[in-house]
Amino acid sequence: MAEVIYDHVTKRFDSVVAVNDLTLEVKDGEFLVLVGPSGCGKTTALRCLAGLEEVTSGDILIGDRVVTHIPPKDRDIAMVFQNYALYPHMTVYDNMAFGLKLRKVPKQEIDRRVKEAAEILGIQELLNRKPRQLSGGQRQRVALGRAIVREPQVFLMDEPLSNLDAKLRVQTRGELIKLQRRLGVTTIYVTHDQVEAMTMGHRIAVMNQGVLQQLDTPENLYDRPANLFVATFIGSPAMNIFPVKVVSGDGAYRLIAGEVTLEVPPSHRSRLADYVGREVLLGIRPEDLEVAVSNEAQRGDTVRLPVELIEPLGAETLVHLRGPAGTLIAQGEPRIRLNPGDVVTVRVRTEHLHTFDPQTEAAIF
Amino acid sequence: MVGSNRLSSRILFLYVPLALFTIFLLFPFYWMLIISLKPNSLLLNTKVNPLYLTEFTLRHYRYLFENTEFPRWAWNTAVVTFGATLLSLTCSILMGYALGRFRFRGGNLVGTAVFLAYLIPPTLLFIPLSQVVVRFGIYNQYWALILTYPTFLIPFASWLLMGYFRTIPRELEECAMIDGASRLQAMWRIVMPLALPGVLSAAIFSFTLSWNEFLYALVFMGSGQMKTIPVGTVNDLIRADVFQWGPLMAAAVLGSVPVAIVYMFFVDHYVSGMTAGAVKG
Repeated sequence: MAEVIYDHVTKRFDSVVAVNDLTLEVKDGEFLVLVGPSGCGKTTALRCLAGLEEVTSGDILIGDRVVTHIPPKDRDIAMVFQNYALYPHMTVYDNMAFGLKLRKVPKQEIDRRVKEAAEILGIQELLNRKPRQLSGGQRQRVALGRAIVREPQVFLMDEPLSNLDAKLRVQTRGELIKLQRRLGVTTIYVTHDQVEAMTMGHRIAVMNQGVLQQLDTPENLYDRPANLFVATFIGSPAMNIFPVKVVSGDGAYRLIAGEVTLEVPPSHRSRLADYVGREVLLGIRPEDLEVAVSNEAQRGDTVRLPVELIEPLGAETLVHLRGPAGTLIAQGEPRIRLNPGDVVTVRVRTEHLHTFDPQTEAAIF
Repeated sequence: MVGSNRLSSRILFLYVPLALFTIFLLFPFYWMLIISLKPNSLLLNTKVNPLYLTEFTLRHYRYLFENTEFPRWAWNTAVVTFGATLLSLTCSILMGYALGRFRFRGGNLVGTAVFLAYLIPPTLLFIPLSQVVVRFGIYNQYWALILTYPTFLIPFASWLLMGYFRTIPRELEECAMIDGASRLQAMWRIVMPLALPGVLSAAIFSFTLSWNEFLYALVFMGSGQMKTIPVGTVNDLIRADVFQWGPLMAAAVLGSVPVAIVYMFFVDHYVSGMTAGAVKG
């Protein structure tokens, strides 16, 4: 077990900068998720740590050892690939034992570790099978087992769940979390799925276009996104974003877009002082738009908007509203009774508003 | 396919063409075989049906072993074939792997150049090559052919293997290297077992071509005891305009046997090697 440090790591492929000046510290025993859209550099960052890609500049440390120029086999890591990369010509047992045999671990020790890992993962009865005789979920377990038996300092996982069907993915996700907490091995997990990121990681590193956008706990990432990209990437359905004008008067700040006027809670006022008279981007999460069918009078935190579309999802209902600039999605009660064309009163939880600078896209509050 | 399974249409469109094709293909071998077993008296006799045997003799085969150097030719052919195949295969595996796996400056250029080399006909190449062979002082020795056959074996074999290596997921090697293998160990323990069909295809290809080669064998190793089967047969069994049909055909039959055996054993691998990557799967 060890901590992992990326120290100003940059990786270039010819003219493309895949990872740009990444500095990141993963604590001992931590489960860190690298998340971002495809092509954001998260997999490249992981492959640099594995030693499968040479970094262009910067250093990578595992424990207190600089591994930047050490070949993969000497880094004491184990990796689970997206397609599992099981050796097709070997049995499950041999797949798991391969790394230990190469390291000249005594036979009894190999046997003990393979059987132990197989028991943890519930694949004891598969040990004599070949990978092609296994289902997707079983293969995934074997790939995991192959990493566990090595007892490495760090686990690297590159979208290990993305080839599983939805139900199995949710189940395996839970098992993987429990397994990591139990083994306590530092784990770096790459995914493009923000639900996996939110549920699995102690901390999450959001990347976009090779640049680390924010590194924080799931709660902070959700409640206090550092910029527009993180705000829209994390959360499903995505945060509603539209431009508003900041107006001050009567000792209060208001955000105005078309016929919508929202009052800024006092706690956030000071941050907006510089933006009075200018446009900013307003972000509201769907669950912070409360759809009320009643016809109560408008206040500083309510707006009246027409309904465009209803999407009943069972546990909740997504209500598409015609907002001042495009559609706003609100997360309504299950079994809500609405029809397209209805005009509804929507209460905005103004204490959870987000605003972003339209130029830098950095969060104002 | 829908509708193609009715018996009558299967016979008409599948078995009849297949049968005709098989007969067309096998007839020369049949002809070769019956001539090698016919007594001389029947060979040029126009009064009997030439398509089947009425009398049977092994004297052409005996002639081959008693009055010619046939065993020696066979030995020469075997030495040259195994030598050239082994050398070509070793080089082709390394080259195919490098071209198929590594990204390096000029990699595509090298790949294309190798392929172009394959397109130069041996009839053009044997004149400069004969100079090389003589300068190396290996004229009329096994090395003359073991070193020149790879000029046409390596280009094709390395291209075939390059394609094959590319079908093996890169992650397997990467995983092996993370598991503790060096690149060579990963190649030997993970890639090679999976590339076996491709390697066998390349081996069969090299074996067949070397075994049957005529031009280089005639020019570089065509004198005295050093003849190969194709050269020896043509040189010693055709005297001016006299064709000794019986022994000629007997030599041809015996010469085809090793190739036939090799194919018989590896045909399944050969097919899967040649079509690898052709379809998703």
